[in-house]
Amino acid sequence: MTTTTATDPALLAALLDRVRADRDFGPNVYSTLDVLQVLYDRVLRITPETVDDPDRDRFLLSKGHAVAGYYALLAAKGFVPVAWLDDQGGPDSRLGDHPDRLLVPGVEIGSGSLGHGLGLGVGTALGLRAQGRTDPRVYVLLGDAELDEGSNHEAIAYAGATGLANLTAIVLDNHSASHGWPGGAAGRFTVNGWTAATVDGRDHAALHAALTGHDHHRPHVVVAVVTDNGE
Amino acid sequence: MRDTFVATATEFLDDPRTAVVLADISAAAFAPAAARHPDRVLNVGIREQLMVGVAGGLALTGLRPIVHSYAPFLVERAYEQIKLDLDHQGVGAVLVSVGASYDRAAAGRTHLGPADVALIDTLHGWTVHVPGHRDEVPGVLRDVVCGRRDSAYVRLSTQSNGTAYPDAGDLRVVRDAGPGAPLLVAVGPVLDRALAAVGDRPVTVAYTHRPRPFDTAGLRALAGTEVILVEPYLAGTSARVVGAALADRPHRLLTLGVDRTELRRYGSAEDHDRWHGLDAAGLRRSVDAFLSPAG
Repeated sequence: MTTTTATDPALLAALLDRVRADRDFGPNVYSTLDVLQVLYDRVLRITPETVDDPDRDRFLLSKGHAVAGYYALLAAKGFVPVAWLDDQGGPDSRLGDHPDRLLVPGVEIGSGSLGHGLGLGVGTALGLRAQGRTDPRVYVLLGDAELDEGSNHEAIAYAGATGLANLTAIVLDNHSASHGWPGGAAGRFTVNGWTAATVDGRDHAALHAALTGHDHHRPHVVVAVVTDNGE
Repeated sequence: MRDTFVATATEFLDDPRTAVVLADISAAAFAPAAARHPDRVLNVGIREQLMVGVAGGLALTGLRPIVHSYAPFLVERAYEQIKLDLDHQGVGAVLVSVGASYDRAAAGRTHLGPADVALIDTLHGWTVHVPGHRDEVPGVLRDVVCGRRDSAYVRLSTQSNGTAYPDAGDLRVVRDAGPGAPLLVAVGPVLDRALAAVGDRPVTVAYTHRPRPFDTAGLRALAGTEVILVEPYLAGTSARVVGAALADRPHRLLTLGVDRTELRRYGSAEDHDRWHGLDAAGLRRSVDAFLSPAG
């Protein structure tokens, strides 16, 4: 079931440069890139042809500011024309500094205000389950600072208590939460009944194992730790 | 009205596209429905942000969510979720509240919701229904839930008129004082009081349980120079709509409703009606002052 169409790193870097257009990117852009690559290369069952297939996997980018790598990857995979990258954020562009699902093919949710993706992901997982669609899985990518938003904890507690087995949260942990998560972010999930894996966010093999490590009985969280970018 | 809502929504659950999302409020009333449809009657606990987020997610998969709680918890607590998890995602839901402006007046400020319709009115394209009688509820719900994908807000109350007008989405003339007479528009459960207030005055009274979209064509057909708007929520909520509809005509508009002042008083809904001038006597005072020549 897993697709293995590896994205050429040189191509991705070139596409990212086209989005960047000489602007400085924050570390969050680069820290997210490895997770996105592993997801789109090896985990998610989504193609440009299946963006409206009700049985597709869902990827919800909740930390909507991590958008440059997302757009570059969507272009590399053929969801959006590469030419769209050149005027990202411009008056006629469909690519904002945060993504809009009504403007960008392949984008499942519009995000930007933190703390909305996991609730939408819980609802999506429930909606799939209610329709007997047991095959697709819902993946939501959050940041460790985004976990500050209390809405996430409403979703974490409820998904754990009800054993929402078709949901995976991914926490990109670049240690940016102002007050930190003593003991690690994963504990906030496991105490509520989630399974968890904490891995090196640069290690593609480890990420792949973690992202496919759910047990089909409980929601799963992958904490991808990325601390080597000088933040 | 709440019982009628629960019964009607339970019927709608026979359609596999319908879902109900709760945050503990009315969960017991929906328990039989939840037993029959455990995957589509979802009580998330006391988590209103999640309640609306879940509704957005359900709608993204093609379901039609009905979301229900107390008015201030449903609309005010999770306003950004309503704006972003529904509207910004391009999906819809039907929000159904109880409590209205002060149905549980003795509970105090935390359970009062006079600003709900005004807040929903900051959003684009929403339908808003304020039934004035329990028998208006099933038709209203059928209209907004079945076969539609856009969003609606239905505001239920324990206050009621004596007569139901199920078809009064568009303005319905209840009392006709003839051409050119001042027009009083009553929204939802304030109709009986408004009728009593104008008593023997030559005022035409029209009723609607659907303030959005407001029946502006009907308003233009009925309105003379004087227009009086009586709403059971924040005073002036529909002033912009009426003002825009009559922008090309000289007119005078009086908007009556719940005042912004926090009274810090308990008592009953009837007490609050009186304190806000929304009982028959208070409405009569305001209408008489508005229609009397300035002196």
